[in-house]
Amino acid sequence: MDEAQKLNVPVMAELAAKNESPEILFWVGCAGSYDDRYKKVTRAFIKILNKLNISYAVLGTEETCTGDPARRAGNEFLYQMQATANIQVLDGYKIKKIVTTCPHCFNTLKNEYPDLGGNYEVTHHSVFLQQLIDEGKIKVKDGGSFKGKKITYHDSCFLGRANDIYEAPRKVLEEMDAHLVEMKNCRSQGLCCGAGGAQMFKEAEPGAKEVFEKRTSEALATGASVVASACPFCMTMLSDGIKNEEKESEVEVRDIVEIVAESLNL
Amino acid sequence: MAYLQQIIFLLILGTAGYFLWKRIILIRNNIRLGKNLDRTDNHSERFKSMLLVAFGQRKMFKNIIPAILHLFVYVGFVVINFEVLEFIIDGLAGTHRIFAPYLGGFYNVLMNIFEFLAVSVLAACAVFLFRRNVLRVKRFTQPEMTSWPLLDANLILITEIVLMLAILSMNAADQVLQTRGVTGYVFTGQLVFSGFLVPGFDGLPAGWLVFIERFAWWFHIIGILGFAIYVTWSKHLHIFMAFPNTWYSDLTPMGKMENMDSVTNEVKIMLGLTTDGAAAQAPEEIGRFGAKDINDLTWKNLMDAYTCTECGRCTAECPANQTGKKLSPRKIMMDVRDRTEEVGNSLVKNGKGFDDGKSLLGDYIIKEELNACTSCNACVEACPVLINPLQIILEMRRYIAMEESGSPAQWNIMFQNIETSFSPWKFAPADRFNWAKE
Ligand code: SF4
Ligand code: SF4
Repeated sequence: MDEAQKLNVPVMAELAAKNESPEILFWVGCAGSYDDRYKKVTRAFIKILNKLNISYAVLGTEETCTGDPARRAGNEFLYQMQATANIQVLDGYKIKKIVTTCPHCFNTLKNEYPDLGGNYEVTHHSVFLQQLIDEGKIKVKDGGSFKGKKITYHDSCFLGRANDIYEAPRKVLEEMDAHLVEMKNCRSQGLCCGAGGAQMFKEAEPGAKEVFEKRTSEALATGASVVASACPFCMTMLSDGIKNEEKESEVEVRDIVEIVAESLNL
Repeated sequence: MAYLQQIIFLLILGTAGYFLWKRIILIRNNIRLGKNLDRTDNHSERFKSMLLVAFGQRKMFKNIIPAILHLFVYVGFVVINFEVLEFIIDGLAGTHRIFAPYLGGFYNVLMNIFEFLAVSVLAACAVFLFRRNVLRVKRFTQPEMTSWPLLDANLILITEIVLMLAILSMNAADQVLQTRGVTGYVFTGQLVFSGFLVPGFDGLPAGWLVFIERFAWWFHIIGILGFAIYVTWSKHLHIFMAFPNTWYSDLTPMGKMENMDSVTNEVKIMLGLTTDGAAAQAPEEIGRFGAKDINDLTWKNLMDAYTCTECGRCTAECPANQTGKKLSPRKIMMDVRDRTEEVGNSLVKNGKGFDDGKSLLGDYIIKEELNACTSCNACVEACPVLINPLQIILEMRRYIAMEESGSPAQWNIMFQNIETSFSPWKFAPADRFNWAKE
């Protein structure tokens, strides 16, 4: 692991035992917990939270899948089992605010848990970062390491069309002084990476090519050296696409959290 | 004899009205085959959505050229219908241009506006025909655009062109008759666009001109009435359905899926969470989980299907379709409509509760199509009349997963992983927090 730095991550159960209640719960998500690439994004976000002394905690081993992939694949029963159990845990800790680094978790927690009695103020990390910037808590001196770099942002369907979040991630990148370029299909017309709707967990149906290949060529066509994303599945798909094209030495996929953390030298 | 024309007109009007009414009732009953769904809330938002999207055509303007052409046809259609009002009064009262004396100079202005619109409709329809048949714009030639949908689209365009030509010829003949002072032909003032046709009519004897004028009049009004009935079988029904469909559209964020309350009851019982006894003992009549046929969908899904214009904007934006998968959201909507008509007709013929042994899933839509969807909402975003094909796809997946256990094998493995390891991947739950220690 890089620099083998041990992170200090407050855990809900431990805080509760001390009768402390943090302001925000950071919902890590399954990809953020288990996927080697996305764990780095989780760690980058933790570094920012720690650096800014934000009062937060994670559920640690008490967190489980929100149920989103089961629901999109049609298994409503399994989804509701997961959701109901999660709501019990969240309500047990009297959680009011949640921030998450996964648009799928975000969408489910925010839009779908209320139907089952789970009401929280849920924020995706892109909006969370933008708020910190607006409040002046994140300031990048001299632009940081992404200054002037050509970056293109890939809209996650579950952030964009599903929840109308198009500007926050772009504003974050602009704040890092990056040179933002748009792909042919962007914002409400953004092309999916191919992983949503539980496609992440199965082979694609027969077709002429993979969705991620198409999206990758749109991203490469911009000439950007960084493809910024804000979703673990998009990150996997676009990284695969770039590897397929053998462009991984020239173009990298970075989450906007990583870009902010690096600009802050964290 | 004097009233013969009026009597014939009344008969035609009555017959057309009868058939139209029958179709409207049938379609209304068909839409009601769908499951209940409450969309009576939030009138102001709903009104806004209808005003902007249906009336204001907001979603059309993502693609400027078709948007402008479509706007011509749309405005032309709406405004020229005022002229149809005059036709109907004239037809019933046995008068000719009954509004002319009352409106005076303004009648001339109105007629010129109608003529301008008639010419724009004509031109726009000609360009549309060109785009469909010569340029063969991709979204009009995809597999689900089989012979009937293609013919339907062309028939409508050609009918509109012919009807507009009828109006212009009628006005041209009328103008010549006016200048010759033939009785009954009231002065309308100079009509600019049909004026271009006048030289072609000038040399004809008055008898011929009257014949042409009358023929064009009858042709136009019968054409319009026939068109109104035809539209109920056609994708062109959107001219009416766009309004209720945008009014009743989903106002929640696109990412939200409808909760299945029947499942919630079961889950609460299983987890021992039944808060009040009532919820536990009264699981309202559970049909089946998800959708196998059209009556498992909501009435709004069926209304969506009757509203679909088959424009293919959804399919053009669909990532699965773009990469050659079988899925086409437009086809989903066309299938739902075809199946709804089939069920509706079969119920009329064979009585309530009749089962024809067919279903939407299997006979119309196959799993391969449903399994290709990424739930990206591009189709929902693209639709100019706020149709939601994704909801139907997800409802059908629910049926496959919960009633048939027929999901793709890899999804079944994913389900198992969530059940046993609480994550879609098979990792030990105890390792979930290892990322902090690495
Ligand atoms: S939601 Fe499904 S059907 Fe609609 S555009 Fe996306 S992949 Fe295609
Ligand atoms: S669903 Fe909407 S976008 Fe798709 S074909 Fe029908 S009207 Fe067009």
